[in-house]
Amino acid sequence: MTLDALNLMPVLPEIILLTLACAILLIDVFMREGQRDVTYGLTQLALVVTSVAVLSGMGMDQRLSFEGSVINDGLSDVMKLFILLITAMAFALSRDYMKERGIQKGEYYLLGLFGVLGMMVMVSSYSLLLIYLGLELMSLAMYAMVAVHRDDIRASEAAMKYFVLGALASGLLLYGMSMLYGVTGSLDIPAIRQAVMAGTASDTALLFAAVFIVAGLVFKVGAAPFHMWLPDVYDGAPTGVTLYLSAAPKIAALAIILRLLGDAMIGMLPDWQTLLIVFAVASLFVGNVVAIAQTSFKRMLAYSTISHVGFILLGVLAGTKAGFASALFYTITYALMTVGGFGLIAYLASKGLEADKLDDLKGLNDRSPWMAFILLILMFSMAGIPFTLGFWAKLAVLQAVVEIDMVWLAVYAVVMSVIGAFYYLRALKMAYFDKPIVKGLQPRSWDARMVLNVNGLAILALGLYPTSLIALCATVFNAG
Amino acid sequence: MSFIKLLFFIFSSIAVLSAFRMVTTRNSVHAALYLVLTFFSTALVWLLLEAEFLGIVLLLVYVGAVMVLFLFVVMMLDVNAAPLREGFIRFLPVGATVAAVMIIEMSLVLGPKLFGLDVYPAPAAKAADYSNTAELGGVLYTVYVYPFEIAAVILLVAMVAAIMLTLRRRPGVKYQDAAAQARVRREDCIRMVSMPSEKRAGATNEGEGA
Repeated sequence: MTLDALNLMPVLPEIILLTLACAILLIDVFMREGQRDVTYGLTQLALVVTSVAVLSGMGMDQRLSFEGSVINDGLSDVMKLFILLITAMAFALSRDYMKERGIQKGEYYLLGLFGVLGMMVMVSSYSLLLIYLGLELMSLAMYAMVAVHRDDIRASEAAMKYFVLGALASGLLLYGMSMLYGVTGSLDIPAIRQAVMAGTASDTALLFAAVFIVAGLVFKVGAAPFHMWLPDVYDGAPTGVTLYLSAAPKIAALAIILRLLGDAMIGMLPDWQTLLIVFAVASLFVGNVVAIAQTSFKRMLAYSTISHVGFILLGVLAGTKAGFASALFYTITYALMTVGGFGLIAYLASKGLEADKLDDLKGLNDRSPWMAFILLILMFSMAGIPFTLGFWAKLAVLQAVVEIDMVWLAVYAVVMSVIGAFYYLRALKMAYFDKPIVKGLQPRSWDARMVLNVNGLAILALGLYPTSLIALCATVFNAG
Repeated sequence: MSFIKLLFFIFSSIAVLSAFRMVTTRNSVHAALYLVLTFFSTALVWLLLEAEFLGIVLLLVYVGAVMVLFLFVVMMLDVNAAPLREGFIRFLPVGATVAAVMIIEMSLVLGPKLFGLDVYPAPAAKAADYSNTAELGGVLYTVYVYPFEIAAVILLVAMVAAIMLTLRRRPGVKYQDAAAQARVRREDCIRMVSMPSEKRAGATNEGEGA
């Protein structure tokens, strides 16, 4: 490649985001302590501008650049848009919460932006090198964000756990990748796919690589039995940070799972399928059963994340286009629901009250009928009650699983969802039928109110008319 | 060939042993020095692989710059490692068992049967005038420009994160403002007061009396 052939247009959104992030980094230095809302506004502006850049270059066909190491296709564009949207929502919902606790630092927004940059790199990476670099960029920003409240011992502990276990997971993934590179002789996904398909490489060595890659990936997404860190981190981190951690990064993680397993190693589908079945079964069990014993709403939602991850893995392990589309649909649904769930905690919190216990939900209907209604939509959707968005997502995944003749797995997932419905409904029972402990509601800024309302109503509307989102997810995989 | 093989075994066993000692030693300065030894042996292994440039960069950057800085920090902070090591003995049996099982399982797979020279033949030696510095320079800013820039952003994020975690603005800390010191004018420090001169009471009388 000569230098004049270097085309930077395919990574224009990333370049714009990086430039704006660096500009905000400089501007933020000149802001005084009480002026962090300026940084917040600029951050939202940067996300909007980047979304416009993604939209302007959008297309369903597959475009390779940088010697085939960067891919832009329908999947990457759709995922980037949702990552940007959900991050913007998370920042809007967390603003008041961070301000009340004196941790609305400029670095919170900056690290968030750099994390988004990492996610965008992950989403459109088509070589092992870029996948790993994007993942590290995202993770490094997130480790530091958990520790943003430095004087809080629980947050520091959570950050330490997240850092050590995240590094371990990265190590596992990297070791698997090095094996894959050693066996196939290439870092590029298409070349690896061909080498795997051709069957020239030894099966045992490939399997060895697959085990480490799968272990690293599920460690990162927090599937059982590698889930130990997830409740501690989500619970220990400030709610504003949990909002960020729990939603958009899962979309990016799905992207690299699909590129690595669904593309590079599709030739050894039966091997990683078996592994993923084990992880999915364990996650569905842990996520739904252990959540029942929780007294903390935040921790309960963390366990709910584990069970949702189990469902996403079910979609991936189907190994078909329909399966991948259902996994994408489920992940987007999950991100919308979870940003609402943790956002509600941040919304109900006030100075000196975290509002993260289940008891804090008691009598929410008396305090604010509208917020109780939003909680109702979110909980119904997470539980998968028919005609909510969560129901369609679960249905799509189960259809994909049934299509590959794994009916027992689908039945098991349904049974676990029914068990899980108990704890979602218990939260609603507390909100509607118990006496309130705290009176009134802290007034919140207009953007948080708007985002939470729109999010709740969008989940309701998408539940009634899910076809547009389902069709979008399906086109992404059929076009490529 | 056999001499190179011998060198490889010497260097790699030193690397593994010093890495092990780095984790187990009690003194944090010793740990840092063992890490230097690990880097050094790894650089030698890379030299054997004909990656001269990378080997030298590892020495210059990690041993020369990073580890020296690190030693400074370790010596200045005087971290007491004893509380960090609590539970080491308690968790040792479980940890050792898991590690042993993993090593045995991995060595079953990673033997010469799958990765031996007959499966993956050694690449032919390069000519004497081959420069891998030039090779790296040729691709670093062309083929790998995008990963290279992302690696730079990772370093920037690490810097932002480190400053966020360590910079503290304590109220009531006294510090010198050199700019303000330099800007100071005479009027800021000295107040000229115009006073009428006064006679000291009884001064002349005393003089006369003495």
